[in-house]
Amino acid sequence: MELKATMAGNVWKIVLNEGDSVEADQDVVILESMKMEIPIPAESAGTIKELKVAEGDFVNEGDVIAVIE
Amino acid sequence: MTSEFNHEELRKQIESGGAEKYHEKNKERGKMFVRDRLKELLDDDLNVEDAFFANCMDGSLPADGVVTGIGKVNGQRVCIMANDSTVKAGSWGKRTVEKILRIQETAMKLELPMLYLVDSAGARITDQIDMFPNRRGAGRIFYNQVKLSGRVPQVCLLFGPSAAGGAYIPAFCDIVVMVDGNASMYLGSPRMAEKVIGEKVSLEEMGGAKMHTSVSGVGDVLVKDEHEAIQYTQKYLTYFPENFRSKPPVEESKSPESFEKTISELIPENQNAPFDMYELIKRLIDADSFCEIKRNFAKELITGLARIDGKAVGIIANQPRMKGGVLFHDSADKAAKFIQLCDAFNIPLVFLADIPGFMIGTKVEQAGIIRHGAKMISAMSEATVPKISVIVRKAYGAGLYAMAGPAFEPDVTIALPTAQIAVMGPEAAVNAVYANKIAELPEDERPAFIQEKQKEYKEDIDIYRLASEMVIDDIVEPDDLRKALELRLDAYQSKNLVFTERKHGVYPV
Repeated sequence: MELKATMAGNVWKIVLNEGDSVEADQDVVILESMKMEIPIPAESAGTIKELKVAEGDFVNEGDVIAVIE
Repeated sequence: MTSEFNHEELRKQIESGGAEKYHEKNKERGKMFVRDRLKELLDDDLNVEDAFFANCMDGSLPADGVVTGIGKVNGQRVCIMANDSTVKAGSWGKRTVEKILRIQETAMKLELPMLYLVDSAGARITDQIDMFPNRRGAGRIFYNQVKLSGRVPQVCLLFGPSAAGGAYIPAFCDIVVMVDGNASMYLGSPRMAEKVIGEKVSLEEMGGAKMHTSVSGVGDVLVKDEHEAIQYTQKYLTYFPENFRSKPPVEESKSPESFEKTISELIPENQNAPFDMYELIKRLIDADSFCEIKRNFAKELITGLARIDGKAVGIIANQPRMKGGVLFHDSADKAAKFIQLCDAFNIPLVFLADIPGFMIGTKVEQAGIIRHGAKMISAMSEATVPKISVIVRKAYGAGLYAMAGPAFEPDVTIALPTAQIAVMGPEAAVNAVYANKIAELPEDERPAFIQEKQKEYKEDIDIYRLASEMVIDDIVEPDDLRKALELRLDAYQSKNLVFTERKHGVYPV
């Protein structure tokens, strides 16, 4: 399942890395946008198969941040 | 001469709806028979029913596929139309349409809420000349809905499809409750979409309950089954008067639910950190009184009916946990309709502001954020019910305006002691004003300079300074906020205004 950015912003912090397991609603990355911290939580539990962004990257709304299996 | 019909037999036949196989099919899908739906929804079944015998000469179309009449919900009379999907899939013929029109007109005369229990395949194409184009054709249903809008509450419980023109019945209601898996709205079916535009798509994807309550926003409430749809509607109606002339019923006051964490412990000191606005709402409203609208749509803004000290209120709150609480085009749109709903039926508005502003960037500009934002601000300006604006943590830029800031005639603007009101936050402001200066400085001197300037800026926008300038009317300790809201709502209850004289405004929709 693809985890997508809910809004445009910069990747401020990577919370979980590839291979980590993740719970539903657990934050995977935190964006910085409009001077706010924007947590991007997983929609369901799984493992992070691929992380598509690095800290400092710009992401637009709808861009894929990670793939969760 | 006696009629060829046996009254009792005919009555039984009509009461039992369409053929058994359609009842079975509905049961398999978790759908109740229309008359069972009414029994469950109403205090005591329909009190009066009209045109029960409609189209009885035909023999195969009991009640012509729709039940109409008056019953009571929570002791309050309501007018109802309810499709019977066991009769030709709930489709509309001439008498079906006439029955719907008549009950709408009854709702208009009696000024009673109008409930639409929709489960219909749409027009009977074979009957189109009789039910489609004329003065009392199906178009009149929508005309009547528009006329009823704001005069009496209009609620749609969507139990099945509402196809093509029929999809506009929900669209003109104040609220649409959709049953997951069964309810759908679409102008053209997937089969038609494939034929006419070449798109291959499933019904769920194109017009399902999940899609409409989370993506399009045409649906308001997603429920798992028909029972939940009925319970939600019963609760929803407790917040409404029967029409725009009266005030919402008041219930016995209840304390908020109790929690270990107090409000002051809940709100983070750091302006930029996320926190969950639902936690604050729960601490301000009477226990179990929240009736949320559009929970799954544009989640960065929370809208819902609630009670404070037993009185109905509409809550509009930024949700910093979602998208930082920033307003987007969809959340502005959501707010505009909710504000109009509350204002139409004399429900006071409580704004809980924690907002960094409206979203910026190409995506939202292309989506028309300016006009959607203007729509929200129009609705909020026009609202003449008591308006209470609470600055919880921050209100920056046009965010202050949209959340009923001081220029928009709120009855009061209350701030918590840590709140900030400004054109923009300290970080953004210092960057904006001193960008060149910062760039000129040697790198090791920058942090100290920025910190100093931010400190100056914060002093400039200090909340006590704003109170001293009478920008805000009161500063309230977080844990006293509930009490303050109780007193304010009590104080403003006699408010009775006409916004301005004119035919109507020109909405920036």
